[in-house]
Amino acid sequence: MPIISTAGLARTFQTKRGPVEAVRGIDLTVRAGEILGFLGPNGAGKTTTLRMLTTLLAPTGGAATVAGHDLATDPEGVRRASGYVAQSGGVDPQISVREELVTQGRLYRLTKDQAVQRAEELARDLDLIDLLDRKTSALSGGQRRRLDIALGLTHRPKVLFLDEPTTGLDPASRADLWDLVRRLRDDHGTTVFLTTHYLDEADALADRLVIVDQGVVVAEGTPSALKLQHGGSIDATLQDTFLAITGRGPAPADSTPVAV
Amino acid sequence: MLLQDTALIFGRYMRQTLRSKFAMLFGVLMPLLYLLFFGPLLTDLPLGGGGSSWQVLVPGLLLQLGLFGAAFAGFMIIVEKGHGVVERMRVTPVSRLALLLGRVLRDTAVFVFQAVLLVLAAVVMGLRAPLAGILIGFAFVALLTVSLASLSYALAMRLSSAHTFGPTINALTMPSMLLSGLMLPMSLAPGWLDALSHVMPFRYLVDAMRDAYVGSYATSSMLYGVLVAVGLTGIAVTVGTRVFREAGA
Repeated sequence: MPIISTAGLARTFQTKRGPVEAVRGIDLTVRAGEILGFLGPNGAGKTTTLRMLTTLLAPTGGAATVAGHDLATDPEGVRRASGYVAQSGGVDPQISVREELVTQGRLYRLTKDQAVQRAEELARDLDLIDLLDRKTSALSGGQRRRLDIALGLTHRPKVLFLDEPTTGLDPASRADLWDLVRRLRDDHGTTVFLTTHYLDEADALADRLVIVDQGVVVAEGTPSALKLQHGGSIDATLQDTFLAITGRGPAPADSTPVAV
Repeated sequence: MLLQDTALIFGRYMRQTLRSKFAMLFGVLMPLLYLLFFGPLLTDLPLGGGGSSWQVLVPGLLLQLGLFGAAFAGFMIIVEKGHGVVERMRVTPVSRLALLLGRVLRDTAVFVFQAVLLVLAAVVMGLRAPLAGILIGFAFVALLTVSLASLSYALAMRLSSAHTFGPTINALTMPSMLLSGLMLPMSLAPGWLDALSHVMPFRYLVDAMRDAYVGSYATSSMLYGVLVAVGLTGIAVTVGTRVFREAGA
């Protein structure tokens, strides 16, 4: 039984210029313990899909279950079973690392003592232990990212959603983060659902890729299978494969090059 | 659950307030300037009604400050949305209502504290009013803050940018203040302005509070004031709750 499955999941936004179908109907399944790369050009509907799967946005069509909880009828169950790290993170710059971690534990309904203990544990696991009393505004990009992920892991979720987790990080921090994601899966069996614009990241990290374009899934499979099928050979670059599938690049990769 | 979650959110934002001591000081300083530089202008003017000019000025001043303070409360949530804090909390099982109430109660506690300081300063300046009346006044101020802060947070959840939020709030608060007779009583106004002011809910609050400050508790103004204040709070909290629940399933 898949840990995430969606059927025709769709979201239409009503705007002044008429309805906009951001997500037209996503069908996908994710197996437990899998690292899934969710790719697509800008505007393909990646973040909208993620926001629906994390209960932030109500779907206008279709259905989905996350860890056995129905998105429409049991959003609270979905929230308890999954963690979400948004692209923007989600910490207050004026608050200390410790307070953010403890508050997060309390938001997940731990007692005060449990929350304090869990904060220490997370800080040790994610190498934040010496930073506990710093304000979050005083953290480096890589440290901030580790804190964001620690917040998402507070309740030991079965599924972790990461929205462009390495955007803006330097190469060393990216490599650290990849290790962390692999460790999460290997040590805890956590299923990781991540979006990225970096094809090298998808290639290195994901067991399987789902490529979306214009609000629907246009291809899926392991990186090598996709290369073989769409790029012409198993030695094709993922970049070429991606272009062959979507007809365009994986969105401007802002400041960081595709391959470092 | 709701109580525990509300206490958690209240604590988070109360600590935030206590950290920004400068803002706290400024919040108290501004109304003091009104008392000091505006209050004395009124002492010899015929403002109508019983009691001294301070008994007319102080209730209006408290409501005016509550109006502006609470109406802008939503600004904080726009900043937090930018940091991703709102969504981070919304993916946890925390009660949606607590996310609103914790913030609103913080705003109310802070404003009542400032109101107490302001009244103490006013007493030094010359205000004489019955204690019961002053306490009733605090209750009105608290209800005003609860209702306006709820509406402000609801609006801020719906709007995406501070650029639209600021002007919207300004456009609503300025006329509300002028049309409610917060600065000077509407009994001084020409008939058309007095009539117009009756569409403003704050008009009823300030009339009731001015009655309380002169010790007249069993008046029709008081009855209308209580009804409007409670009604406004009920509507505002309902609207706020709905928006906080809705914004994402």
